[in-house]
Amino acid sequence: MKGRIHSLESFGTVDGPGVRFVVFVQGCPMRCAYCHNPDTWSMTGGTMMEPAEIIEQYERNKGFYKDGGITVTGGEPLMQVDFLIDLFSLAKKDNIHTCIDSSGIAFNRNNTEFMKKMDTLMTLTDLVMLDIKHIDEEKHKELTEQSNVNILDFCKYLNEKNVDMWIRHVVVPGITDDETYLEQLGYFIGQFHNLKALDVLPYHTMGEKKYESLGIPYKLHGVPAMDKNKVVEKKAVILEGVKKRRAEMS
Amino acid sequence: MRPEWNDFVGGKWENEVNVRDFIQRNYAPYDGDESFLADATQNTKDLWAQVLDLQKKEREAGGVLDMDTKVISTITSHGPGYLDKSKETIVGFQTDKPFKRSLQPYGGIRMAEKACSDNGYEVDPEISEFFSTHRKTHNAGCFDAYNQEMRACRSSHIITGLPDAYGRGRIIGDYRRVALYGIDRLIEDKQAQKDSTGRVMTDDIIRLREEISEQIVALKLMKEMAASYGCDISRPAKNVQEAIQAVYFGYLCAVKEQNGAAMSLGRTSTFLDCYAQRDLKAGVFTEEQIQEFVDHFIMKLRCIKFARTPEYNQIFAGDPVWVTESLGGVGVDGRPMVTKMSFRYLHTLTNLGPSPEPNLTVLWSTRLPENWKKYCAKMSIQTSSIQYENDDLMRITHGDDYGIACCVSSMVIGKEMQFFGARANVAKCLLYALNGGVDEVTKKQVGPKYRPVTGDVLDYDDVMSKFIDMLEWQADVYVNTLNIIHYMHDKYCYERAEMALHDRDVKRYFATGVAGLSIVADSLSAIKYAKVEVVRDEDGIIVDFKTTGEFPKYGNDDDRVDSIAQEVVHKFMTAIRRHHTYRNGVPTTSILTITSNVTYGKATGNTPDGRKKGQPFAPGANPMHGRDTHGAVASLSSVSKLPFNDAQDGISNTFTIIPGALGKEDQVFSGDIEVDLNK
Repeated sequence: MKGRIHSLESFGTVDGPGVRFVVFVQGCPMRCAYCHNPDTWSMTGGTMMEPAEIIEQYERNKGFYKDGGITVTGGEPLMQVDFLIDLFSLAKKDNIHTCIDSSGIAFNRNNTEFMKKMDTLMTLTDLVMLDIKHIDEEKHKELTEQSNVNILDFCKYLNEKNVDMWIRHVVVPGITDDETYLEQLGYFIGQFHNLKALDVLPYHTMGEKKYESLGIPYKLHGVPAMDKNKVVEKKAVILEGVKKRRAEMS
Repeated sequence: MRPEWNDFVGGKWENEVNVRDFIQRNYAPYDGDESFLADATQNTKDLWAQVLDLQKKEREAGGVLDMDTKVISTITSHGPGYLDKSKETIVGFQTDKPFKRSLQPYGGIRMAEKACSDNGYEVDPEISEFFSTHRKTHNAGCFDAYNQEMRACRSSHIITGLPDAYGRGRIIGDYRRVALYGIDRLIEDKQAQKDSTGRVMTDDIIRLREEISEQIVALKLMKEMAASYGCDISRPAKNVQEAIQAVYFGYLCAVKEQNGAAMSLGRTSTFLDCYAQRDLKAGVFTEEQIQEFVDHFIMKLRCIKFARTPEYNQIFAGDPVWVTESLGGVGVDGRPMVTKMSFRYLHTLTNLGPSPEPNLTVLWSTRLPENWKKYCAKMSIQTSSIQYENDDLMRITHGDDYGIACCVSSMVIGKEMQFFGARANVAKCLLYALNGGVDEVTKKQVGPKYRPVTGDVLDYDDVMSKFIDMLEWQADVYVNTLNIIHYMHDKYCYERAEMALHDRDVKRYFATGVAGLSIVADSLSAIKYAKVEVVRDEDGIIVDFKTTGEFPKYGNDDDRVDSIAQEVVHKFMTAIRRHHTYRNGVPTTSILTITSNVTYGKATGNTPDGRKKGQPFAPGANPMHGRDTHGAVASLSSVSKLPFNDAQDGISNTFTIIPGALGKEDQVFSGDIEVDLNK
């Protein structure tokens, strides 16, 4: 099945382990205030591509990816599960490391058809990078216009399926840097044995230009970029939460 | 065995001049890490502070601190010069004091005069008179032989950067020979070479005999120059300090006599490590002392200077010497050629700080030791001062004792040399093809009066066939211009010091070059896949283009356009190969305008790819700025498709990336979270 693709990046170094071939899919239901790819929001547009075309491009330069693999990000990859299954089936034939970078928003245990597909997809997926925008449901809604209930449930599901998980969290000054919530976040993810890494990203303002050119109002206008050094402290707070949970569990 | 060679493994190298054989039998590959390296000594710090002070003064003086205007530079023209004799373990400057630029008029007296006058000095009138009246220069010779067409091509910049007014450079003497054999043995060898020439006195034989005689004179002068510093290089070096000193003296003689467009050092580190290993084992020197010798050697290389004009500096973007030293690589037997000395060379970037010179070039192979790879990466991150080249690609044709001249030109040390050839502006050639040889900037008929393009929309097949015809013409005038240049350079500005450290029968590469490849590829792609309408001026000359529609652009791993780039390189090289080359030079081409892409852009009109008149070209084989939209791997992949067989003099790709785009900082990323938690 064809995928709706926004763009391809041949030299991804921040989207999973190693140098990676990164597929940006088109379309996302979230409207995160600090999203730096608002051009991937629309469910229409982009280019329709066959999984084989993408794997072919990967294979041409596979020497670069020997310690990396393929990452699908977006946009929201889980909006195109059928495409992902086809793409990763091909990838696995060639022993390619597969990774999904997702917000988890599309996840829904009540949708049996979707869950059947997810079960298949997870057998083909080596790593999921899950971006938890906010641990508090109300705050999450303010920030993204969506609830986080299914997202947090997705963590549990990945743990059940034993799929490696990296948690990403963007720290925005005054919005997602409250240490109480950060510790809560750590405490929540600390329960999962499949948690392999924590990636704390300082908010930057480079996305604002894209909003201007797309004519979309930028909700975080005036919010300063996050100080990198402070982020190190914030990361420590999340890790405290993780430790606390693990101590309780052991 | 000679006493200086005690404890070395003998072999063919004892009975013939064969440095590679010596290295292969004696070097010890090192796969450890950098923890053995020694810090800078106090003497090193003091000397380097002196150099920094001189650099500062030089900058304050407007770029030149002192120039010799009276003494023509030869190997022995100047007495010894020092920073601080009591502290220097490796000695020697080009003139009698540091930062004083030498006078080298053999390439061209006008260039020498201008280099002086632009910097506020004046060449002694007697010298000017002598070189204008009594002794012809390389530059004068070239212009005596040029025809009208060559002059027109030169001034319209369709052929550009020609080494007809300055030293061609790009020749690397095997400076290691001075250390391993000593001058006396090398003179004996040259004498035997001279006796071995044919007896029928053809032009070639006469020239060869005269050249060998010149080489012998140079060797004798080397000995004399070294003696003025209190060093005896008539015999082989006895230890690593003497070996480094001897290598440096060899190189110093070259730069005393040649102000070449690139004066590279070769591949000396693994050779010198044989001496260092021997001395360490015998307790002759400590690691700290050896690092000090290396630091002082590199410091001297950083002080090599030439008198040059602002125009020259514009072409080359600064005042580069291209003291390129090639490090590492893998031997043909599969053993990596990384030694402790390779580490010591890179370590000078820590002990003395980052520097573009000498141009430390790592010959990269996937099979290099992991520790070395990591150290290189670390030093690159810290200093941005390391160049990388593909050893796996070059080893196939050059073996394991080649070095890089300038930035990418590979040659087997002491066995191969290059006639440097500047470059042909193929983007301008494409415009000539459209306009029937009329220059789009000057409106003069420079090229042949071929039929220009008619009609308002460009047709790919029509343009391509006209372009190939024009390319044939360009290659023809280009090669013939170079034939004159190298004939005259050999005649009036012969590199006797460098050639004295070569075999008798050297392989000569006849280097040519291409500028504007990505512009031509994108322009032809636009013509093929989009619609390109021409805009003519009042004289009917095509001066602009209106391009509508999308077209694939070079730099995105898209075969539709990458294949056009490949074809252009192949066609150009085929055209070059068709011509007679001076001294049967083996034609090669390069795609490597790393520095002059800006000046080439200035001389070239609007192009069908959308580039505007005067806008810079992309450097080397790079895609045009901002047109590679699929990331670095796709961009590199387009470049890597260019046929190396047709561009053996090198293909360069200038790649800049912000550190954050190369991966996560440890600070914000906790990989392997279990480990982190147990801290």
